[in-house]
Amino acid sequence: MSITDDEARAMVARAVRRIVPDAEVETLAPGADLRRTFELDSLDFLGFVELLVSDSGVRIDEDDYPELTTTAGCADLLVRRSA
Amino acid sequence: MPSLGADMESGTLVEWLVHEGDTVHRGDPMAVVDTDKSAIEVESFDEGVVESFLVEPGTRVAVGTPLASLAPAEAGLSTAAKARVPKPRVPVPLGAPPLRHHAAELGVDLTRVSGTGPHGEVTRADVDRAAAEPRAAARPETAPVRPAARGTQVSPYARRLAEDLGVDLARVNGTGRDGVVRAEDVRRAAEAAARPGPAQAEAREEAPAAEAAEVPASPERSARATIAALMSRAKREIPHYYVATTVDLSAATEWLRRTNRERTVGERLVPAAVLLKATALAARQHPELNGFWVGDGFVPGEDVHLGVAVSVRGGALVAPAIHHTADLDLGEVMAALRDLVERARAGRLRRAEMADPTLTVTDLGDQGVEEVIGVIYPPQVALLGVGRIVERPWAVDDMLGVRPTVRLTLSGDHRATDGATGARFLNTLESFLQHPEEL
Repeated sequence: MSITDDEARAMVARAVRRIVPDAEVETLAPGADLRRTFELDSLDFLGFVELLVSDSGVRIDEDDYPELTTTAGCADLLVRRSA
Repeated sequence: MPSLGADMESGTLVEWLVHEGDTVHRGDPMAVVDTDKSAIEVESFDEGVVESFLVEPGTRVAVGTPLASLAPAEAGLSTAAKARVPKPRVPVPLGAPPLRHHAAELGVDLTRVSGTGPHGEVTRADVDRAAAEPRAAARPETAPVRPAARGTQVSPYARRLAEDLGVDLARVNGTGRDGVVRAEDVRRAAEAAARPGPAQAEAREEAPAAEAAEVPASPERSARATIAALMSRAKREIPHYYVATTVDLSAATEWLRRTNRERTVGERLVPAAVLLKATALAARQHPELNGFWVGDGFVPGEDVHLGVAVSVRGGALVAPAIHHTADLDLGEVMAALRDLVERARAGRLRRAEMADPTLTVTDLGDQGVEEVIGVIYPPQVALLGVGRIVERPWAVDDMLGVRPTVRLTLSGDHRATDGATGARFLNTLESFLQHPEEL
């Protein structure tokens, strides 16, 4: 099942908010660094990836992590992998 | 009220997790206690039936105060056996020096404070309440309480509660000092959401009064004060020495990459798990660094319970233990680490986790620093600081290469050990890190 760009963005926002409940993801610049903006440490980030995987059903490997730096990067990966 | 750390004098009972009449076993979580640093689950010290609660939620009591009475499970409720308590309750009489000092600090006139102690004595909580009152009164009753915008402090317990109740923290009015969002605010918001209409307005008007009735000082401020007291004690009492080394992590990171490719996301390991396990094994070989300085001597820890420094959103810092770290495999260390960090941030640590660390690791690599020269947590005698994993030029077999490396710094208590012990410990740790498959 393919994921639309809007759905992917919503998944990213949901995953971030599960870790940082008061994070304002929607107003974040698409190119802003997620880990730095929300001060995600390596465990937070692992949790974030876990939520993305369980929500979207796509496979994400450690080698993909560099793509997950920004909301836009995360959304692009989800859209591409689900296509 | 158990002592949840060497520096703890009192705690606030946040909520009961059991009911009167419930049967509890040794180790069952019974209550949530707020220690200024974080909310912690307190477990039962005994088997039995909960006969009665002796302390109401929201009350701050001294360490040693009985919280509940348990009756033996078979004997029913008739023979009341008090839950084990280390010390009888010591009410603070009006004008006792520590209280007077506390009142002076907060600018509270003790003669104007009404006591809520057993014989009308003024307690510390009364002083805190009196200190909070002028602020509450100065605020017009109808003025809307500041909403919790981004950056507003939220107590760990409130955050967890908000998640449980599905409350959007951005919509909660913080009524704590400086707009801090407290558990009570979250509950009120949840109730208001359930009863639309006038309920919300009513709840807002109640807020200042409710605050005056039960709020001690802001949790974040107390958390700072707790850290301040503990770290001042460390620097005052512990003659620190420091030894450091830079370790080649290429074997460990390569091994992690391979193993993580075969693991599902939830089972993947982070380098911190490898470092913790290796540290625990090294500590077992150097027991003189694993334990406590008590009075005039060193008392070794019964096992290696590594403390992990965790910064909690909202400003607090806690260093709870992963029990028997050296006996866990890497997957278990990883699971324990995730569980611990999650619960630390949600304000759900257990008493033993706070009380038991025998050696603490502080890993600030995620904050991007290369080196951490840390302060020992008294009464422990050592602390390992871990920096960021950095690619550095590295000479090996007369060749220059680029390797992932990490800077490890051991802070040692010079009363307990000498630098040579610290150096041997780091050498052992380094050799464990070269063989990650054996961890």
